[in-house]
Amino acid sequence: MQHSKTQDTLVGLFVATGIAALFYMALQVSNLGTYSSNDSYTVTARFQNSGGLKVKSPVSVAGVRIGRVSSITLDKASHEAVVQMRIESQYDNLPEDSGASIYTAGLLGEQYISIDPGASDDYLKDKSQIDITSSAIVLEEMIGKFMMNKAEGK
Amino acid sequence: MLEFLESLGKITRHSFAKLGRATFFLLHALTGMREILPRPNLLIKQLYSIGVLSFLIITISGLFVGMVLGLQGFNILSDFGAEESLGVMVAASLVRELGPVVSALLFAGRAGSALTAEIGLMKATEQLSGMEMMAVDPINRIISPRFLAGFLSMPLLAALFSAIGVMGGHLVGVGMLGVDDGAFWAQMQANIDFREDIVNGIIKSVVFGFVVSWIALFEGYDAIPTSEGVSRATTRTVVNSAFSVLGLDFILTALMFGDI
Amino acid sequence: MPNSESATNHIVSVKNLSFSRGSRKIFDDISLDIQRGKVTAIMGPSGTGKTTLLKLIGGQLYPDAGEIWVDDQNVHRLKTRDLYSLRKRMGMLFQSGALLTDMNVYDNVAFPLREHTHLPESMIRTLVLMKLHAVGLRGARHLMPNELSGGMARRVALARAIALDPMMIMYDEPFTGQDPISMGALVHLIKSLNTTLRLTSIIVSHDVQETAAIADYIYVLSDGKIVGHGTPTQLAQSDSAWVQQFMNGDADGPVHFHYPARDYLDDLLTSRHS
Repeated sequence: MQHSKTQDTLVGLFVATGIAALFYMALQVSNLGTYSSNDSYTVTARFQNSGGLKVKSPVSVAGVRIGRVSSITLDKASHEAVVQMRIESQYDNLPEDSGASIYTAGLLGEQYISIDPGASDDYLKDKSQIDITSSAIVLEEMIGKFMMNKAEGK
Repeated sequence: MLEFLESLGKITRHSFAKLGRATFFLLHALTGMREILPRPNLLIKQLYSIGVLSFLIITISGLFVGMVLGLQGFNILSDFGAEESLGVMVAASLVRELGPVVSALLFAGRAGSALTAEIGLMKATEQLSGMEMMAVDPINRIISPRFLAGFLSMPLLAALFSAIGVMGGHLVGVGMLGVDDGAFWAQMQANIDFREDIVNGIIKSVVFGFVVSWIALFEGYDAIPTSEGVSRATTRTVVNSAFSVLGLDFILTALMFGDI
Repeated sequence: MPNSESATNHIVSVKNLSFSRGSRKIFDDISLDIQRGKVTAIMGPSGTGKTTLLKLIGGQLYPDAGEIWVDDQNVHRLKTRDLYSLRKRMGMLFQSGALLTDMNVYDNVAFPLREHTHLPESMIRTLVLMKLHAVGLRGARHLMPNELSGGMARRVALARAIALDPMMIMYDEPFTGQDPISMGALVHLIKSLNTTLRLTSIIVSHDVQETAAIADYIYVLSDGKIVGHGTPTQLAQSDSAWVQQFMNGDADGPVHFHYPARDYLDDLLTSRHS
């Protein structure tokens, strides 16, 4: 069978560009370049209302993403939302008295957890809990309150 | 009524017989892989005619699909003031759906039909029979390398399609419509997950590559060895591949992304 | 016949073979023997399943009943591996030549050698050129199959069939559609290869003159039965009307010119379309 060098070269080129495209997808398009799932620790926080928070919603400090929400469950006794989040181990110096709030990115954007670092010298560890939390702001509730205030003020 | 039932029974019987032949064919082709591995030349030749020759149509289509997504996405997203999400929209549609699906459809049209016609004609001109009489198993020698090449090419082609598509979307969105470059990539990277999106997309394209190659090669091998038979088999390859790809896409999407 | 005789003299023995396609019976309990070292022809009108017989001998089709023995092995009882090693010793020349269209003449002839032997490329080259020289096409080695005429393609296929030095060659309609010159070349080639390579040849054909010229023994098939057999001279003197019609190529005889139909005049006078 005749096999020409050009053919070999073109096949090599094809395989190389294909693999390059896979790497491009992994590193440039997806989050693989910025996160590794293995090295992380879990902390929990309890919220009155978790609003539109979802599993995989981002967790950030000062606008920098440091982890993701890994589960949202309801505590049957207190009727609070228990949110677990995985935080990358490289951010292992979050003070113990940090606060967690649920914010919305823009008016219609998705909700995320923002952590405000406290002042303690002890740091959050695996399975520790954030005590200071503020719930999601539910837009309808806010508009409702605003209307009520207006009506009362008149 | 009785005639209707009779013909229904006949169709069922024929479909099952064909499915049975296709399954044995597949098993035979898979066991034939053993003989391909020590002879990479056979594979290289098929990678050339299946992969390399599909390269151009895949990249050009990917570029245009990405550019159209950029345009359409911008029009819709700008109504909500969310142009920054253009990157996510383009990348998610490409990586999850359009990359694997459209490249599989193009692959069926470009490489699949060519494979069916090639195998069908080899059958019609007694080349397969001749090989058998030369004590060379035609499935091992002819089908297996083509099967392996189709199976390997498809994910690479789908990845190329998506990558070029993202670049096309970037070209239109950032280059022509003025979306912020940083926001385009940042939103994309924040929302496209490697495991959930990219790997699932690759799994889809692997499945499609397997199915399209199987259909194309089997239709050729099972074709009636006349010019009409081969032309019908070629049509069946394109039609059946399209149905299978779209149907399987729904099933895979439901399994991967849906909560059904 | 005693078994010892078949071991020495008969390379192929077909015993009580029946084969049908759908409801059509192609062979109905036929038996024939093919002598080692001879040119045996199997003749009959088109559509009598002569090609099918070769495929049965090669083990590509399975009979409904009966047995086929090739070189003292029951073809349809062999395991795939043994059948394949038997096939290496049987060459077959297809009607179309069946050359692999994506390879040139040289690679086509080298194909069986490369598939079945581990000879070095230099020795393969020598063998290929020898085989091509034997069919007179050493100069055409760089041509692709689509650049060959029908007769040349058949000669290349013949070179390929003898590449592994088989014990027998089966020719499927070797003379069909050939111009007189390539027909003459093929007739000469088949005869001389049979003598020089000490082959056994089985020719399936309906070209009476050419086949009778080189065959040592002829079987005539019709409607799934053997209607006559013997040496060409014996057949020429056969008293069977059918054999006479076939050997002489008469238009009408026991086999009628017209496909069975109702009365001609009757048919013409009927106005209804049927």
